[in-house]
Amino acid sequence: MARKRKLAREVAVVGGGLTKLGLFKDRNCKDFFAEAYTEMIGSVDKGIDPKDIDAIYVGNFTNDFFVKQAHWAPIIADLLGHVPKPITRTEGACASSALAFREGVLAIASGMYDIVLVGGFEQMSKCSTEEVAEGLAMAASPYEVAAGFTFPGVFGTMATAYFAKYGATREALFNVTIKSHNNAPFNPKAQFPMTVRDFMNARIERAKKKGEPLPSWKDEKAYLADPAANPAVAWPMHLFDCCPISDGAACLLLVAEDMARKFTDVRIHVAGLGQGSGYSLHAKKDLTSYEATRAAANEAYEMSGLTPKDIQFSEVHDCFSIAELVTMEDLGFVKPGEAHRAVADGMTRLDGSKPINTSGGLKSKGHPVGATGVAQLYEVWTQLRGKAGKRQVPNPNLRIGGAHNLGGTGGTCTFTILERR
Amino acid sequence: MDKKPLNDASYEQYLNERRVMGSRCKKCGALALPPRPICVACHGSDLEWTEFKGKGKLAALTSILVAPPAMAREGFGRNNPYVVGVVELEEGVKAVARITGVDAKKPESIRVGAPLQADFLAKGEGAAKQTALVFKA
Repeated sequence: MARKRKLAREVAVVGGGLTKLGLFKDRNCKDFFAEAYTEMIGSVDKGIDPKDIDAIYVGNFTNDFFVKQAHWAPIIADLLGHVPKPITRTEGACASSALAFREGVLAIASGMYDIVLVGGFEQMSKCSTEEVAEGLAMAASPYEVAAGFTFPGVFGTMATAYFAKYGATREALFNVTIKSHNNAPFNPKAQFPMTVRDFMNARIERAKKKGEPLPSWKDEKAYLADPAANPAVAWPMHLFDCCPISDGAACLLLVAEDMARKFTDVRIHVAGLGQGSGYSLHAKKDLTSYEATRAAANEAYEMSGLTPKDIQFSEVHDCFSIAELVTMEDLGFVKPGEAHRAVADGMTRLDGSKPINTSGGLKSKGHPVGATGVAQLYEVWTQLRGKAGKRQVPNPNLRIGGAHNLGGTGGTCTFTILERR
Repeated sequence: MDKKPLNDASYEQYLNERRVMGSRCKKCGALALPPRPICVACHGSDLEWTEFKGKGKLAALTSILVAPPAMAREGFGRNNPYVVGVVELEEGVKAVARITGVDAKKPESIRVGAPLQADFLAKGEGAAKQTALVFKA
């Protein structure tokens, strides 16, 4: 019998750091993590003595493969001067650092530790695109890889199932991409701080300079519908449906709620924490849903006593545009089959009734795989502190935000709810 | 009685014999393809082999233009895309597989729900022989 989940001790988020995301071939993941950590230390309102950190959890997916170096946890402890404190690496593909966050929360809730650093990092740019594709495919199921699926291919397959079931078209995906990119210019950490219109205009400028015939796209949707501008990768997934290859790191400082006032007067705590697992594509009952996301959401809602309506804004894992639509439905933000209309109607815009991916999402902010889960929570934390600048959700009573992280092709999903008291 | 262990290796041996073999739970009747050692419907561990007819319909698909290294070595890529998909078999289970007999360059012309028939794509000889389950339109 499942019982109502709750933490034995409440946990607060009191500090955060995130690197600028992008391709940085002359730096490595130690450089990235040191940068995020330094920002985090400086972000704690009343200061933190690093000596007081009890334990560390870090997420990373592919360093064994991309960097040919395993056993990263002690390398990070050494880097930060935290040897001989306990440090543990978590791996859950693209959800690796959401698992680090979760382990950190549970470690404090258990009473074992009071102050825990959680984070994630990934270094991808030194590899060729083919190597990255091969590395990421390690997170798909063996049956999918054997059949010739790629990562975008698995999501493309789900998109055709969604289209067939609900009558949506690629225009629904265009709406997701355009919406997320509209937030990106306001995020100084974003890899592509550009709108889709910016991409389109840059292309027209390039044609002008080269004296080529000028393309005549009437708007962003026409640009995205043009295969010359937006080629297919794994139809119906095109270039602008896919998140980029990124480097970066993120971290957050967690403390027991009863001692949070020592660090800050802005009380942001973990209200809901959920994690679930999912089947391979062939064993899924429903090709238009992630059972892992549903399980994670149920756990987080039940623990927090909140409902989908209470979530005022959320980061969701848009590794591919279709995943944002499916996830909106799995999180209960809209009914199954209605996400494509909700996005078209503007619900998820920064000024909509439930803004999604205010950071620009993985598509435009960037997706350093192992850093993403904590990077999403960094965005939620930043929004709840009212420090998101021009991308701040325009709601003076912003109190509750969510972060959904999806690993692999949906095998590991988390949903975390942060609440400002 | 078939005593082969219910695992991936046995499944692959059957594919080499051009047979689509999965498991059936003796307790609750749940089917699985590839076979499973433990029933995920009732947690039962008394399962037996069952043969699938290989008839189904297309549930979802993608046409891949950026091919993984193994497919690129076979000549697939932007100028020679290929289709993979999810097939729902008559018996109610699903399989992921290459879809042949369709135009990968015009994926929008491929209909979800189209009837498909299992086919077997063999590579290598003798001990190195490996057979992939594919579905043709």
